[in-house]
Amino acid sequence: MKALLLRDLQLATRAGGGFGLGLAFFLIVCTLVPFGVGAGGDVLSRIAPGIMWVGALLACLLSLDRVFALDREDGSLDLLATAPVPLEGVVLAKAAAHWITTGLPLVVAAPVFGLLLHLPAPALPWLVLSLALGTPALSMLGAFGAALTVGVRRGGLLLSLLVLPLYIPTLIFGAEVVRMGAAGQAPTTPLALLSGITLAVVAAIPFAAAAALRVNLR
Amino acid sequence: MLTVADVAVSRGGRRALEGVSFELRPGHALILRGPNGIGKTTLLRTIAGLQDPAAGRIERASGSVAYAAHADGLKGAMSVAENLRFWARIFGAAPATVDAALAALNLSDLGSRPAALLSAGQKRRLGLARLVVLGRPLWVLDEPTVSLDDASVALFAGVVRGHLAGGGAALLATHVDLGLPEAAVLDLAPFRARADRARAGRPASFDEAFA
Repeated sequence: MKALLLRDLQLATRAGGGFGLGLAFFLIVCTLVPFGVGAGGDVLSRIAPGIMWVGALLACLLSLDRVFALDREDGSLDLLATAPVPLEGVVLAKAAAHWITTGLPLVVAAPVFGLLLHLPAPALPWLVLSLALGTPALSMLGAFGAALTVGVRRGGLLLSLLVLPLYIPTLIFGAEVVRMGAAGQAPTTPLALLSGITLAVVAAIPFAAAAALRVNLR
Repeated sequence: MLTVADVAVSRGGRRALEGVSFELRPGHALILRGPNGIGKTTLLRTIAGLQDPAAGRIERASGSVAYAAHADGLKGAMSVAENLRFWARIFGAAPATVDAALAALNLSDLGSRPAALLSAGQKRRLGLARLVVLGRPLWVLDEPTVSLDDASVALFAGVVRGHLAGGGAALLATHVDLGLPEAAVLDLAPFRARADRARAGRPASFDEAFA
């Protein structure tokens, strides 16, 4: 599993690996929104939590279709299925690699991008915390969608349609944490629910995604 | 090492082969022959454990199969040696076997070259070098000699012979003459599923997809 994680990270950082793609997309979303709604601080800071979270969601989606599709094309997935590593472990390693290359850069860069959207200063730590707790669920759910659509040609769009509805709970509670943080309240309840969703997803999805892969390998 | 008893395989919910039985003992090789589309690949994937047989029984030790198909499982952005080292680690093989495998398939000079720059035949040889690295006793090979030149086919036959001499076994589907006269040949044509029964499998296919 560690070997697989390291290989995926290595591949992501090499030419054509797509590392930083999600981050660049996130940056563009955060710069486009002020152009669209006007740079007036009031409106912008009110919608900033939602924009940040929607941007993070879409950035995550961008690189999902390659999680399993590339490995299926070159035959690696067949070989991984005959390897001593259980497929559940393969899913976990792949989702972790996706999170490290897509989710983690967003978490680190979020405070800077928050400034672009006039996010109030007290909300910045909550933004980082909510993204850190929420984005693993995005990668994990995305891996499930990628496992379901691995055999479908041009499955990227289908993948988005499958995965985006599953992102709704994370989006609601993630944005709520930031909103309450911006209003100066303690966002304990949405934070607990956000963590709960992530924990449940990380616990359950590897089995579901591995089952989907087994069906698709036949 | 491998016992296949009255096995039927299906592809896309349709029976392809049925009543296939054979046994493969250590040190022996078996070549599967048959016209295109008869189900050689499906049978090999079933034996490798990638899908379940539609009927019958396949006995093999778990973790004994090394499978090689049309795609070689190579990453173009990684070097030849890195590709092999990755599979060695995934399958828990000793890293030292990588150099031996590269030498066995005459790839030692290419160790640091990105796999994307290899020719089709060199990629194939790298895919076959993986078999040597894994050290698993039962090789299940689907058209192993595609895009290999004559010299490489002979080299590959030598590698298979070495594997058999070491107590391994090999099951190959191929159309070309490998230069392995000691290998037994099984023609799959008599095991083609009868058309009426092939269609009778249809209603069950929906449930089968989720079995």
